[in-house]
Amino acid sequence: MAPKELEHDAVIVGAGGAGLFAALELGRAGVKAAVISKLYPVRSHTGAAQGGICAALGNREPDEPLWHMFDTVKGSDYLADQDAVKIMCDEAPGVVFDLEHMGVPFNRTDDGKIDQRPFGGHTRNFGEAPVRRACYAADRTGAMILHTLYQQCLRAGIEFYDEVFVTDLLFDGERAAGVVAFNQRGGDLHVFRAKAVALATGGWGRVFRVTSNAHASTGDGAALALRAGLPLQDMEFYQFHPTGLLGLGILVSEAARGEGGILRNDGGERFMEKYAPRLLDLAPRDMVSRAVYQEIKAGRGLGGADYVGLDLTHLDAEVLDEKIPEITDFARVYLGVEPKEEMIPVAPTAHYAMGGVPTTVTGEVTLDEGGTVAPGLYAAGEVACVSVHGANRLGTNSLLDILVFGRRTGRAMAAFARENGRPEIAPEAAEATREAIGRLRRQGGGESAAAVRDEMQAAMDEGVSVFRTAESTARAATKVEELLARYEQVRVSDGSGTFNTELTEALELGNLLALARVTGEAAARRTESRGAHSREDYPERDDDRWFNHSLCYYKEGGLEFKSKPVTVTRFEPKPRTY
Amino acid sequence: MTEAVEFKVVRFDPAADAEPREVSYEVRAGERDRVLDGLNYVKWHLDGTLAYRRSCAHGVCGSDAVVINGTVGLACKKLICDLEAPIVVGALATFAVIKDLVVDLEPFFAAVRRVRPWLEAGEAIPEREFLQPPAELEAFMDGTKCILCASCVAACPVVRRGTPYIGPAAVVQGHRFINDSRDVDGETRLRLLAAPDGANACENFFECTRVCPRGILVTKRINEIKSMLAAGGYVKGDDADG
Repeated sequence: MAPKELEHDAVIVGAGGAGLFAALELGRAGVKAAVISKLYPVRSHTGAAQGGICAALGNREPDEPLWHMFDTVKGSDYLADQDAVKIMCDEAPGVVFDLEHMGVPFNRTDDGKIDQRPFGGHTRNFGEAPVRRACYAADRTGAMILHTLYQQCLRAGIEFYDEVFVTDLLFDGERAAGVVAFNQRGGDLHVFRAKAVALATGGWGRVFRVTSNAHASTGDGAALALRAGLPLQDMEFYQFHPTGLLGLGILVSEAARGEGGILRNDGGERFMEKYAPRLLDLAPRDMVSRAVYQEIKAGRGLGGADYVGLDLTHLDAEVLDEKIPEITDFARVYLGVEPKEEMIPVAPTAHYAMGGVPTTVTGEVTLDEGGTVAPGLYAAGEVACVSVHGANRLGTNSLLDILVFGRRTGRAMAAFARENGRPEIAPEAAEATREAIGRLRRQGGGESAAAVRDEMQAAMDEGVSVFRTAESTARAATKVEELLARYEQVRVSDGSGTFNTELTEALELGNLLALARVTGEAAARRTESRGAHSREDYPERDDDRWFNHSLCYYKEGGLEFKSKPVTVTRFEPKPRTY
Repeated sequence: MTEAVEFKVVRFDPAADAEPREVSYEVRAGERDRVLDGLNYVKWHLDGTLAYRRSCAHGVCGSDAVVINGTVGLACKKLICDLEAPIVVGALATFAVIKDLVVDLEPFFAAVRRVRPWLEAGEAIPEREFLQPPAELEAFMDGTKCILCASCVAACPVVRRGTPYIGPAAVVQGHRFINDSRDVDGETRLRLLAAPDGANACENFFECTRVCPRGILVTKRINEIKSMLAAGGYVKGDDADG
């Protein structure tokens, strides 16, 4: 059967916050855009973001975008590009107001302004003390933003291709030309031609076993880019959120600590006093995750086990019911723990990719250390690396990043689509996808995708977690190499064309393996500790050698690395204490 | 530490089956495992062809509403240890089955779209935020918790018996915007909800409220809309153009 050919001025892959805001901007500009998503848009993982989106509105106390910029740069362990950070922090208030005008039900102050609360690493006056900067809708801020953007996209008449899985990027020479996808409902292939193409597919937490990420967070867009010969940047920097629900990894928002929650060890000690005497429980996530691990390693986990306690018992019942109702409910439903009476057992959980497809500040994908742009190709959201998070992202900066740069990407795509003609697509564009799917169905090795995935996740949890060493990363890398070989023997038993989720999962596993490999090798290569990348064998930050971004390319079966300079405009690297 | 638990999953392959059939599986489940973990166990260890939707696995994305031992719920929010075995899992009632536990949700989303589920803020947009004191937020907040999982529709006795009804989720969406102080298009939505298959088709069975995984007071919200329709004279009008 010939693939169905579809044409739009702009195509966006992924329907989370970044993809939907880009689509909305294209709609506002009158450009014919379509959003392709493997899920119904409201199922996207943006909906799992809880605590807030920060902007220096100053609604509760004085605040300034420049303080926000400083916190973000320092939080990034100075690896963020400061021109991009400045744009993000300057545009934050405008984006929050834009969202509010679209209908996001933010919590309010008594006089009706958007309420704000403290969050990790956000301070007043260059690090003095925590500041109320996070705008929030209870602890479902991401869900409220996702639904609101989807509602406005419906209003704007944006075209959606729901439950359609993208498998390939198409190029016309150097220029992006479209994507290939298969429709999960019917199993048929689609070829989308577009003047401008954006990847907004989110992160890849499923590389790890214990993760806050959705099953769908399989890094499809990043893997597509890598396979197309494009670089991935800063892949060694993966954030582990300090408070995942024990065993399940479900996120327990930093908002719990923003509202006054305290982390305690087995002796009941507020252990963050030792690690971050000024910001305590509101230190940045990399530091808190390391502290939790160190407490556990020293035998001070609750009952000597591998978790600590998040103590909310001293908070007013009203705070739990109104400001953080979702996480209160998670503790009750999943662990049978009543947070008003007992501590919530928590441990670090794989949460967010700082790295990804490198882009300019208008979402254009870049190809090299000089910033050469791939015409017509864009990326925004967690899949992209602008880079505003550097080596460690601050809480609430993810929603901000995806929305500021999602909006900018939509605007840039609209301009590109207006100024350029339609690209050409080869008649055999869908053949690579057809062959890949055929191979998964025919392969006789009898290897199970579930088993390979399980072993990959175990190896990554063990070797490329909060702390890494040369030995641990090498072990993980060797295992992933073995699993890549075994992946060639994976066979999909379901021959059906209708909702063949076994096939989808097998394709997703291919993407995860590619990203696991890059993450492991990038972590092995960087012989320093910076932000979320903590090498026990190289415990210091090494600005002489490693004050640079990494770029990783897939070439002839192997990986190649390059370095790319960091943009410093205002804040020179300094030792990082809180 | 796992135990064997019998799962009975209602399977249906449109290419092969004339009607749905129950298939029994022995699932290994730990004490914290949810029904979704049981389905994953089947798919990853016993039969890769089983089809179901899932994503976030903690009750916020709304993908995995199914029928579990006769009750509608999210598979990721029901713990296996709280259920009586065998655990029978079937597709969401009232919707056409595409395959196994995957149903056709297009009619559900179409019904929601009918109420124009988006904020119409009008022309007077402030430079900063609209001022909306906490009491005004409270007036519509309950409806914002909806994750469009369709549980309420599948549990509704009115929908189940085939009486034309736009369904609880669409009315809740209408309620959310009609009661938002920033919105200027409430009258249009009330007119739409005044249609014969609108809010007044609800007969107060309260099943929607009982199954809502988000704890929304669905029936209460529907009755608030009914009151607004009556008070505004919408129900006797000729504007049932939904």
